[in-house]
Amino acid sequence: MSSAVGAAPPRHAATPPTPEPTHRRRSYRLGRWDIKYSPYLYVAPFFILFGVFGLFPVLYTVYVSLFEYDLLSGTKEYVGLENYRVLLDDAQFWNAAYNTFGMFVLSTVPQLVVALMIANLLNRQMRARTLFRMGILIPNITSVAAVGIIFALIFADRYGLVNWLLGTVGIDPVAWRDNRYASWFAIAFMVDWRWTGYNALIYLGAMQAIPRDLYESASLDGASTWRQFWKITVPLIRPTILFTIIISTIGGLQIFTEPLMYGFGLIRGGASNEFQTLAMYIYERTFTGNFEYGSGAAMSWLLFLMIVVFALINFAMVRRSVKGEQK
Amino acid sequence: MSVIRRRLRTVAVAALAAGVALGSTACSKSDNEGSTGEGGQVKLVLQTFSNFGYDQAIKDFEAANPNIKVEHQKMGELRDFQPKLVQWLAAGSGAGDVVGLEEGVLLGYVQNHDKFANLLDLGASDLKSGFPEWKWNNALTPDGKKLIGLGTDVGGLAMCYRKDLFQQAGLPTDRTEVSKRMSTWQDYIALGKEFKASGKAKAAWLDSATSLMQPHVMQNSETFFFDKDNKFIGETNPIVKQTWDMGLQMAADGLTAKAQRWSADWDAAFKNSAFATIPCPSWMTEGVIAPKSGPANSGKWDIANIPGGGGNWGGSYLAVPAQTKHPKEAYLLAKYLTSKEGHLAAFKEAGAMPSDIAGIEDPAFKDKKSEYFSGAPTGQIFGDSVKNMKPVFLGAKHQQIWETVVEPQMQAAERGQVSSDAGWKKAMDEAKKLTS
Repeated sequence: MSSAVGAAPPRHAATPPTPEPTHRRRSYRLGRWDIKYSPYLYVAPFFILFGVFGLFPVLYTVYVSLFEYDLLSGTKEYVGLENYRVLLDDAQFWNAAYNTFGMFVLSTVPQLVVALMIANLLNRQMRARTLFRMGILIPNITSVAAVGIIFALIFADRYGLVNWLLGTVGIDPVAWRDNRYASWFAIAFMVDWRWTGYNALIYLGAMQAIPRDLYESASLDGASTWRQFWKITVPLIRPTILFTIIISTIGGLQIFTEPLMYGFGLIRGGASNEFQTLAMYIYERTFTGNFEYGSGAAMSWLLFLMIVVFALINFAMVRRSVKGEQK
Repeated sequence: MSVIRRRLRTVAVAALAAGVALGSTACSKSDNEGSTGEGGQVKLVLQTFSNFGYDQAIKDFEAANPNIKVEHQKMGELRDFQPKLVQWLAAGSGAGDVVGLEEGVLLGYVQNHDKFANLLDLGASDLKSGFPEWKWNNALTPDGKKLIGLGTDVGGLAMCYRKDLFQQAGLPTDRTEVSKRMSTWQDYIALGKEFKASGKAKAAWLDSATSLMQPHVMQNSETFFFDKDNKFIGETNPIVKQTWDMGLQMAADGLTAKAQRWSADWDAAFKNSAFATIPCPSWMTEGVIAPKSGPANSGKWDIANIPGGGGNWGGSYLAVPAQTKHPKEAYLLAKYLTSKEGHLAAFKEAGAMPSDIAGIEDPAFKDKKSEYFSGAPTGQIFGDSVKNMKPVFLGAKHQQIWETVVEPQMQAAERGQVSSDAGWKKAMDEAKKLTS
């Protein structure tokens, strides 16, 4: 057997690259192409879809924002940057921006802090761990419109649950819609009810990736749980915190359904626009009243720019502060 | 904020942010293309808001026209449907073959009538004598050459009141007696003061000061916020300010429940019997008051004549968008639904009062009594209320001005959040901004 094997001429030596050279080269080239280009092919569907349903509308919005465009009659007239100029002079626009940022800060800060605390608690050994971990996500899977309706009832002025509870301890009923800050609070409460669990779960996922021996050595060195949390947990899940902050900024500044349902479906958000957000004002301008498509498009762009700037500021601030903790 | 949006990473930021305005454009579009399928059958899409009460009428229509199939899309409340319809009309596709238009928004469409088919060309001229003149003319272009809609219902107007609360306060409970005691608005307010002074009923007299606006203005003026050239006159129309003051005076005298109409508190106020009277058009009786008050209050409501005699509040039209591929069949459907049979079926189902003359005269409407409202002869009461009514010109943006500007300010003033003068000024400024 061994001789036979030995006698057999080595294949590759016996057959010089004459019989199928072209085929070989082609498959070799295909292989190279495969390695080089197929990743692009695999991600292409997202970018094609994004181009059609994301990029095109975005660019078209720029185009529309340069016109005085009446959606109902379909008449349009080129006005350059006039729509932007009018908006920057519009008190209702700045009021909406103020409301949006106010509600954003009022909802996001407690939301992320509480989420971090909850995640830390859930990261311990405890009974029925999975039940609790899944339980905190339940508010997130309820329909936002349903949440809005229920909270609008809970925070109703006259027959609402909250005012009734306040009444039982002798506090005067709160005008939940006429008072700007009361309305912000109620809406922020609604947002947090929905999103705290979601963020907590993301933090929990990141925390579980932290090696346990870090904590063991820390406790051997006598670090308290609190110290461990600030010196080990928070710095190590920093990328995740940044991620949730960016995502919360994007979502929070576009808030629409919650304040709309809170105001019983009225787009102006209170008698004096106490809780009208930018997204609501875009809708009001574009799809009701004078159907000012161009103005709505311009406002969409201003909102976009605000979100970009704000997300970058947040990113920079949080990165610096968390880095500072690490030293 | 939705999960999906949150999942998209920073790359998609642009789409998310700037796409807000465009996001809803791509939503639900009706699939009514290429619908002449099997055996030459035509599929029509009918889009309405609120409750038109057409379930049975559509079945009857399909039975009579076996080659036509109707898909009825109920689009939620007017405020939900209206923006969508505008988008579909602008985009040139998506609107139904027949669509419902409310009278408060109708004139905006009459101004932009190129989006709709001319029903006169489709044979509607023969139907003119069947409708009250004003109902017909509202959907007609100023030159009288194009008709965009056929009248469905008309509101009518009456005063719904709580018999049990009246009794507690020692007021008459019989509906003819009550009607007599509140034949004018001054009488109505005086009776309210008597009701309050008795101190026996734990309820307000009226649900909200804003409830007076529609009936009182419509009875006493031929215009509301706009003159017949569609110029904003809300500030100078004396009746509007007068009614504003009258309502807020009632609130100041403690006669109103200060419930914001169409809010959760308003709903709860019905259930909790928080007020004794409310002006009610026909569509509000079985469609709003009965379900909101609930079965526990059945038989406690009754209906008297509206103070000031007659009037109208609300009412709609059916139109055929120009983008339809089946204008002839669509017209047939609109014609049937606004015929006597269609009107009476809708009345039976949703309490929508017929606007066509034959329907109003029909015993099925005339002799109708409402069980929920203590057997009140609703057909007769509402029929009488529109007999002598004068048409009121609403203007293209009436609904917008009322619902988003004037009503919220009046409510804020009623709750004491702003003074009456400040609220009025704010409302008028905002209205002018909307109409400039």
